[in-house]
Amino acid sequence: MKTNNPSRMKDFATFAGVIIAFLIVYIMRSRGMLTRSLSGQLVPICAYVVMAISLNLTVGVLGELSLGHAGFMSVGAFSGVVAAMSLASVIPSPVLRLVIAMVVGAIFAAITGVIVGVPVLRLQGDYLAIVTLAFGEIIKDLINCLIVGVDERGLHILFNATGSRSVADLHLIEGGKVIIKGAQGATGVKAIATFPAGVVLILLALVIVLNLMHSRSGRAIMALRDNRIAAESVGINVTKYKMMAFVTSAALAGAAGALYGLNFSTIVSSKFNFNTSITVLVFVVLGGLGNMTGSIIAAAVLTILPEALRGFDKYRMLAYAIVLIVVMLGTNNAQVKALLAKLIPHRKKGAEEGA
Amino acid sequence: MNMKKSLSLLLALTLVLSLGSVAFADDTVKIGAIGPTTGGAAIYGQAVMNGAQIAVDEINAAGGFNGVQVELNCQDDQHDAEASVNAYNNLMDWGMQLLCGPVTTTPAIAVSDYVFNDRVFAMTPSASSPDVTAGKDNMFQLCFTDPNQGTGSAEYMAENMAGSKVYVIYKNDDAYSQGIRDTFVAAAAETDAFEVVGEGTFTEDTSTDFSVQLNAAKAAGADVIFLPMYYTPASVILTQAKAMDYAPTFFGVDGMDGILTMEGFDTSLAEGVMLLTPFVADAEDELTQNFVAEYQKRFNEVPNQFAADAYDVIYALKAMYEAAGCTADMSYADICEAIVAVATEVSVDGLTGESMTWSANGEVSKSPRAMVIKDGAYTAA
Repeated sequence: MKTNNPSRMKDFATFAGVIIAFLIVYIMRSRGMLTRSLSGQLVPICAYVVMAISLNLTVGVLGELSLGHAGFMSVGAFSGVVAAMSLASVIPSPVLRLVIAMVVGAIFAAITGVIVGVPVLRLQGDYLAIVTLAFGEIIKDLINCLIVGVDERGLHILFNATGSRSVADLHLIEGGKVIIKGAQGATGVKAIATFPAGVVLILLALVIVLNLMHSRSGRAIMALRDNRIAAESVGINVTKYKMMAFVTSAALAGAAGALYGLNFSTIVSSKFNFNTSITVLVFVVLGGLGNMTGSIIAAAVLTILPEALRGFDKYRMLAYAIVLIVVMLGTNNAQVKALLAKLIPHRKKGAEEGA
Repeated sequence: MNMKKSLSLLLALTLVLSLGSVAFADDTVKIGAIGPTTGGAAIYGQAVMNGAQIAVDEINAAGGFNGVQVELNCQDDQHDAEASVNAYNNLMDWGMQLLCGPVTTTPAIAVSDYVFNDRVFAMTPSASSPDVTAGKDNMFQLCFTDPNQGTGSAEYMAENMAGSKVYVIYKNDDAYSQGIRDTFVAAAAETDAFEVVGEGTFTEDTSTDFSVQLNAAKAAGADVIFLPMYYTPASVILTQAKAMDYAPTFFGVDGMDGILTMEGFDTSLAEGVMLLTPFVADAEDELTQNFVAEYQKRFNEVPNQFAADAYDVIYALKAMYEAAGCTADMSYADICEAIVAVATEVSVDGLTGESMTWSANGEVSKSPRAMVIKDGAYTAA
């Protein structure tokens, strides 16, 4: 916990910012001041923010490019939905079920993270990106083969690899419920995710990631990022620290996936495709590598933006792309940066430390 | 800090934009439509928006719903559940009273939950899974359900193609294709009239080459190939079967409609293809001909089944709205309750079926028509 003061201050500012934003939005919503359009997006925004924070741990802190982050989200979403739906009769409290679903989602995603991480983290650079990309696609196809149902006797899971089996092969007894129907995804999900739960998850993710960054392990991880050979030469265990960051990141993505999956009455595995991975990567890159505050803001803004641009009708996604490019250019403009450094003198120092 | 500032500025801007568009007027009936007008499924969403717009313009010219003018607001959902819910919320902010949509199945299931809880009356033109309507008394379908199409195809084959050996090729990462296949195979297992000799699957990523599946079908001695899929992969299958001199009877479902108007497709390849569909653009009746002529005039293409479905949805909504005696000053929830009370008594003649009626669980009752492609046109089989 021994850290330099400015970065601690910055962390507190991040926490305070999230809590203040939550309170403002919460009060506005309870007074009916928010449009439905915006209040309907609150939970997905929370899920994407957690996704961005967790991917930032892999990309920004560990320095490995992962293009399959949506795969972990998918694992978390489907395992979370199965947990929440199969426990519906045992645990009536939706809040408790949501928490269990997020924990289950995180555990399953973490296990997947270990399985993927062991071989993958031996690779570097482009190879890691390619393998994680493939991982995301594999997860998508695997879930397309899953048929899951629950009845009084317990959970039934079929793996429909040949494509010849269907829901009928589960042989559910009367009163049983099908949860995942292969390519048709999970349907009939009771939406139990709430905005406060989402914010709690964001805060939790921040606590975990920021504490990890400021810990001894975190410094080891960043040392690996900055110079792997130098880090190894002073005795840092490469595999251990890489796995630590990668699995933590996967677990958080799994929890975010469970939150996301339980916000809609249906989810399909094709939602968690390459595009979703890239979208999250865009949040991270736009927010700044290693900059958690930036990730939060970028995720929130870029999730709201396409909806806010509905006024542009057909040109909506075009406008979205233009805004994205303008922001990217603007934030990387040396003149703008220099100007801001002059206006806020301590900023320059902080930036150097953070880099 | 620079980034944070510009981003927070952007955030403020987007908030203002999203808060801006709330307006209420009592002098029109507000109908929302949700469908993919961009992305991979855009062809379906655009067809629905176009078909619905034609119906709305016709109705407005003829005096509207019970003398009240109708306003249509189409929103894009990119064939994505999350975006569809966002589009729905956006329409609710606009003051939507009736919903036409969502067009595709997964988004429709997601939105149907909101529709049910908010009590908005909705009818989807084309989302065909039974999960869309299951347990929701105010979510209706105008298209056949997937089980309907699967059993319908099996029944037709049992009656008219007895003794045939059927091979099924379907897309196993698609709810529509998988859903029809499941019920078709289940229905086939119960009849001795024909035999399913094998099945081949493909996914979105492998929909460009079918030589493996076709060779398997040929090896199994199949003389009928059942294609529960949309027409884009079907066109590839037809082309490849031709190239390998394999000429079984191809049997499609409503997703096959549109193959004749597909750009760059040699229609002679589709010669002899059979399909069960509720709508054909070449039908002789006046209603269809007027619609097709108007559609061609406006959008310069032949309408597909989705456009026809959407056109019928608007007329079905009109019939139900008027039968329920709704007025423009009623809230969406009041309109919904009034319509749900009378919905099963309404009968509509449309492009996709005569005297269509609905059951209380929202499923339509109309009969599929078996069509065969002859000389580049659909004719009744």
